[in-house]
Amino acid sequence: MDSVRTAAEPVVRRSYGGPGATGEPAIALRGVVKRFGDLTAVDGLDLEVPAGICLGLLGPNGAGKSTTMRILTAQAVADAGVVEVLGYPVPRRSKHARAEMGVVPQQDNLDEELTARENLEVFAHLYRVPRERRRAAVDDALALAHLTERQLTRVRDLSGGMRRRLLIARGLVHKPRLVLLDEPTVGLDPQVRSELWGLIDGLRAGGTTVLMSTHYIEEAERLADDCALMSRGSIVARGAPAALVAEHAGERVMEHYGPPHRLAEIEGLARAAGLPTRRTGPSVSILRAERMPPSLADELGPDGVSRAANLEDVFVVLTGEKVE
Amino acid sequence: MSTAQAGTARTGAAAPAGMPLRRFELAALRGTWRHEFALFKRFWRTSSFAALLEPTFMMLAFGYGFGSLVSMIGEYRYLEFIGTGMVGTAALFTSAFPGMFNPYIRRVFQHTYDAMLATPLDVHELVTGEVVWLAGKSSIYSCAPVVVAMAFGLDPSPGMLVIPLIVFVTALGFALFGMWTSTVVPSINSFDYVITGVVTPTFLVAGTFFPVDTLPGWVHIAAQANPLLHCVELVRHAVFGFRPLADLGHFAALLAFAALMWVIAVRGMRRRLIG
Repeated sequence: MDSVRTAAEPVVRRSYGGPGATGEPAIALRGVVKRFGDLTAVDGLDLEVPAGICLGLLGPNGAGKSTTMRILTAQAVADAGVVEVLGYPVPRRSKHARAEMGVVPQQDNLDEELTARENLEVFAHLYRVPRERRRAAVDDALALAHLTERQLTRVRDLSGGMRRRLLIARGLVHKPRLVLLDEPTVGLDPQVRSELWGLIDGLRAGGTTVLMSTHYIEEAERLADDCALMSRGSIVARGAPAALVAEHAGERVMEHYGPPHRLAEIEGLARAAGLPTRRTGPSVSILRAERMPPSLADELGPDGVSRAANLEDVFVVLTGEKVE
Repeated sequence: MSTAQAGTARTGAAAPAGMPLRRFELAALRGTWRHEFALFKRFWRTSSFAALLEPTFMMLAFGYGFGSLVSMIGEYRYLEFIGTGMVGTAALFTSAFPGMFNPYIRRVFQHTYDAMLATPLDVHELVTGEVVWLAGKSSIYSCAPVVVAMAFGLDPSPGMLVIPLIVFVTALGFALFGMWTSTVVPSINSFDYVITGVVTPTFLVAGTFFPVDTLPGWVHIAAQANPLLHCVELVRHAVFGFRPLADLGHFAALLAFAALMWVIAVRGMRRRLIG
């Protein structure tokens, strides 16, 4: 095996909060429970999202992220708990909250038979954009999504990336105070994903509050001021990505590859030295590797791969689940 | 600072913050109509072709086919009888079928409603907006048989002007019926049960092709519960002369049917769309 290699360093975080940051909650959930039959999708969820920040809601499939998003738009009604969005109690005054927030769903639900422009016009009406501002609002949204040139193209003829940009534009056509992004880049190729990241980052920079559910670690690390790790319907950790990583996974991780018996042996040695480990496919990762005693490093040999700790390490350490 | 004031840093907002929103808003309905209008612009040729020609062909086929065998039905010439009766059939077809299929496809396959309900649009507004659009279209399309009958000798009368209103109310009820069925069928193929089991008997036992009093007594009585019968009777009376008391009863029956179906359809859609 190769000698020690260094994987990509983590993304440098921006300062906390953009120009819209006020410290006041745009979203407040307290003790929220949502059950579907025997399944408890959201289980006593407490979550506050201050205005003006981008909060990454991170978790594996089935963690309850999408149900939480639907509760915020009153498309799912909580069985217990208190939900407030932009100060409006939900679902009682959800119509007011929906008027001032935009939603970008995970599922592409654009109207394929209509053009990009027509899709936006319909939603400009639904969002009550005043008549005199409607055309400009649609033009702005098209420009934001870089779709001005394709505004008269039917959605079914747009590429996957264009459709995703149009979905985002649709959620922004009324310039909302709060945007809910449910897995905004799922299934997209890296180039398109990067393009969308720029768009989302621009939103946050403009002062819009963003709640973004994702299971892409890199996405959360790049875009979110703050991350909430969700597992089995509740939040298991909350904080700035770098702080979460530092608190739960340390600075460095050493990955060792080998046959199963060797991996088990490495796990045992690491635990004996007080270092947490996790399995990562065909390897075992030793967290807080910066604290590894020299004797253990000698015993493990030079075959490890050193990399920076990341949110995925945190997630696995805290929940035992992989985010994928 | 309250949470309602939080996040006020947005600039150039297009939608007015803190706008007054009522439980039932015309603006919400206009949003649904904008969607329907955009789709109508795309598909008006195909939808109009079927909606206008199908009842017209049926009218001509029955009119000439049966008309050569049966010259009069009661006080009406057969072509007049069927020309006015086919208005009801057209109202049923142009409202119940799109009422069934459009909502089902938009809810289950396209997820259009999920997107629309994330805006300040509530389920009852969505339902109302869509069926009002369908009923409006139906009230225009369903006049085709009368126009054809006029071409074949039916005398124009002032009462004909209220036919679109009669059809509108009838179509509201049947579009809502279709929308409700879209919330109870387990798959799109299950609409066959509704079409064969409900829609077909509805137009056959509505006095369209033959008077219902020729049917066995219990069927005759049961037919009084058929909203389409009331539509057909009203249309005939509008063309050949109103019978005020009876017609008030017919119109009240149509309104009651529409109101009942609205409640049921909204409840069904809410159950399907709001978790």
